[in-house]
Amino acid sequence: MPDTDTLLRMHREMVRIRLFEEAIQRAYFEGKTPAFDIAAGPVPGEMHLAAGQEPAAVGVAMHLRPSDAVTATHRPHHAALAHGMDMKKLAAEIFGKETGLCHGKGGHMHLFDKETNFGCSGIIAEGMPTAVGHALAFKRLGRDDIAVSFFGEGAANQGAFHEAINLAALWGLGVVFVCEDNAWAISVPKTASTAVANNSDRAAAYGIPGVLVADNDVVAVYEAAGEAVALARRGGGPSLIEVKTDRLLGHFEGDPQLYRTKEELETLKERDGIKRFERRLREQGLLSEQDAARVWDEAQAEVDEAIEFARSSPYPAPESALVGVFA
Amino acid sequence: MATVETATRLLTTSKAISEAIAQEMERDETVLVMGEDIGVYGGIFGATEGLLATFGPERVMDTPISETGFIGAAVGAALSGLRPIAELMFVDFFGVCMDQIYNHMAKIHYESGGELRVPVVITTAVGGGYSDGAQHSQTLWGLFAHLPGMKIVIPSTPYDAKGLMVSAIRDDNPVLYFFHKGIMGLGWMTPNPRATGPVPEEPYAVPIGKADVKREGRDATIVTVSLMVHRALDAAETLSGEGIEVEVLDLRSLVPLDREAIVESVKKTRRLVVVDEDYRSFGMSGEVITTVVEGAFDYLDAPPVRVAYPDVPIPYSRPLEQHCLPNADTIAAAVRGLVAG
Repeated sequence: MPDTDTLLRMHREMVRIRLFEEAIQRAYFEGKTPAFDIAAGPVPGEMHLAAGQEPAAVGVAMHLRPSDAVTATHRPHHAALAHGMDMKKLAAEIFGKETGLCHGKGGHMHLFDKETNFGCSGIIAEGMPTAVGHALAFKRLGRDDIAVSFFGEGAANQGAFHEAINLAALWGLGVVFVCEDNAWAISVPKTASTAVANNSDRAAAYGIPGVLVADNDVVAVYEAAGEAVALARRGGGPSLIEVKTDRLLGHFEGDPQLYRTKEELETLKERDGIKRFERRLREQGLLSEQDAARVWDEAQAEVDEAIEFARSSPYPAPESALVGVFA
Repeated sequence: MATVETATRLLTTSKAISEAIAQEMERDETVLVMGEDIGVYGGIFGATEGLLATFGPERVMDTPISETGFIGAAVGAALSGLRPIAELMFVDFFGVCMDQIYNHMAKIHYESGGELRVPVVITTAVGGGYSDGAQHSQTLWGLFAHLPGMKIVIPSTPYDAKGLMVSAIRDDNPVLYFFHKGIMGLGWMTPNPRATGPVPEEPYAVPIGKADVKREGRDATIVTVSLMVHRALDAAETLSGEGIEVEVLDLRSLVPLDREAIVESVKKTRRLVVVDEDYRSFGMSGEVITTVVEGAFDYLDAPPVRVAYPDVPIPYSRPLEQHCLPNADTIAAAVRGLVAG
């Protein structure tokens, strides 16, 4: 069981991620009503929000340091913020601004952060081999850093999943593979895509530990990840963790979600991992009502500042699009 | 012309490449090699011969048949401080790993707004002429050159092969290094005297992006790369006996493309033949001709001509494949037609 300080930090982290994404969601729909135009408004393009999946990212990232590598997916904000990415730079990147993490060239699906060794890929499962390479470099360079690869359950049916885990296991590399099973690959449920109930069972195919976190509970994730990270850091090789998590929103913003019933979505809201965790902290007397309110207020202030920074930052010079292909 | 005053030592292209890699591995601890059969076997085409014995399995890594896995690992390793060389055994295998190559390796530097660098070299064997059929004979450099973010290096001589490999390894960008099986000097391929040549023992760099005049001439310019440089030189010798002096310009890299060298040569000779073992349409030959149209249109005495692989998959049967491949005779015929016209 994590200590109180860790529990409260995890709560704060999840809250700031949630509030950040809610702010992004509001900004995203600016200029997109009444008619939805994906190219309009201050935040154009596809937008994949991770609301509901915060426990998976935060429970893992609590064990990491900035020099550990993290690769994530098209739904990357929770992992990025949990791993310590600067919120202002993230916001500015999403707004396409010069002050953004990638000076406007990456966007929300292509975030690369030297400071936290973070990268993501918009191509399903293709961020996984990169994580293997980070871990290979750490081993060669004699560093005890590790790599964490986040991916969705939809990715587990891609070839890159198999190739990456096999290589990491074969070479005994320090990689923690974290499958965020939110049960939906856009509109296709896991039951219609995957021959096994739990992807953690697939670990047996590579002779590595496979751990199922059956509930979207940050403490359970924290404990499973703690063991996997420690194993990786001491040279014990990779692990595969599957977290049964929840996607509270559509695949992307604007997704009408005709494949899910209203009742299902209501149920998901009820079991929101942040709400449940906060309730538990309150019940255990670890978090007062006042303290809880202060956590949300402080996080909101940080988010507001980040969004304001993004809004007030200049766009990159258009002609800067033409440079920077080569170093 | 890439002459080397001091070099009298002769090496095959494959030995020149493996020597370059060995010397760079000696110089820089972060260089490592990975790929299928690159260790014990020494690379199916000999490009990594001897490296395992010298540097051991930690730095010369035989991989599973898992191109997405190990090329992706090369990208990640580069992001965290190594300079990996990954061999894609045949370029034709790109289909099983192209996402890592063009969506990741080629784009991360740009996507990151210049914050990250991806110093990976992918070496890959190209080319046909020995009846290996449609999936093991292509060159495909035009396809890769089309996609921004990768340097495309294509040596034709042992000397260039070594110097370009040194440059490729030291480059902070992704480099695709295409070696033609027919220029490697392998004992089990059709003998090619031009596959052996003088190579200095000490390390040296041949700059990426600089074309090289392999033979000077005044009547027409042949622009080409790789094994077709050899074929063009053979054609040029024949033509010289007929009083036609051909300039043979070896591009040596497609990205960056030495457009200036192309334009300068055509301004001098006023006639252009592009020879390409890659497919004819939408590729290198079109790009070279466009370069001349943009840069030396008024100097042209005749429309440019191309001798390229026709737009068909590569057939197996010897007479079928040989019918499609450019050779010294078809190149010479094209030049004669151009000069006579």
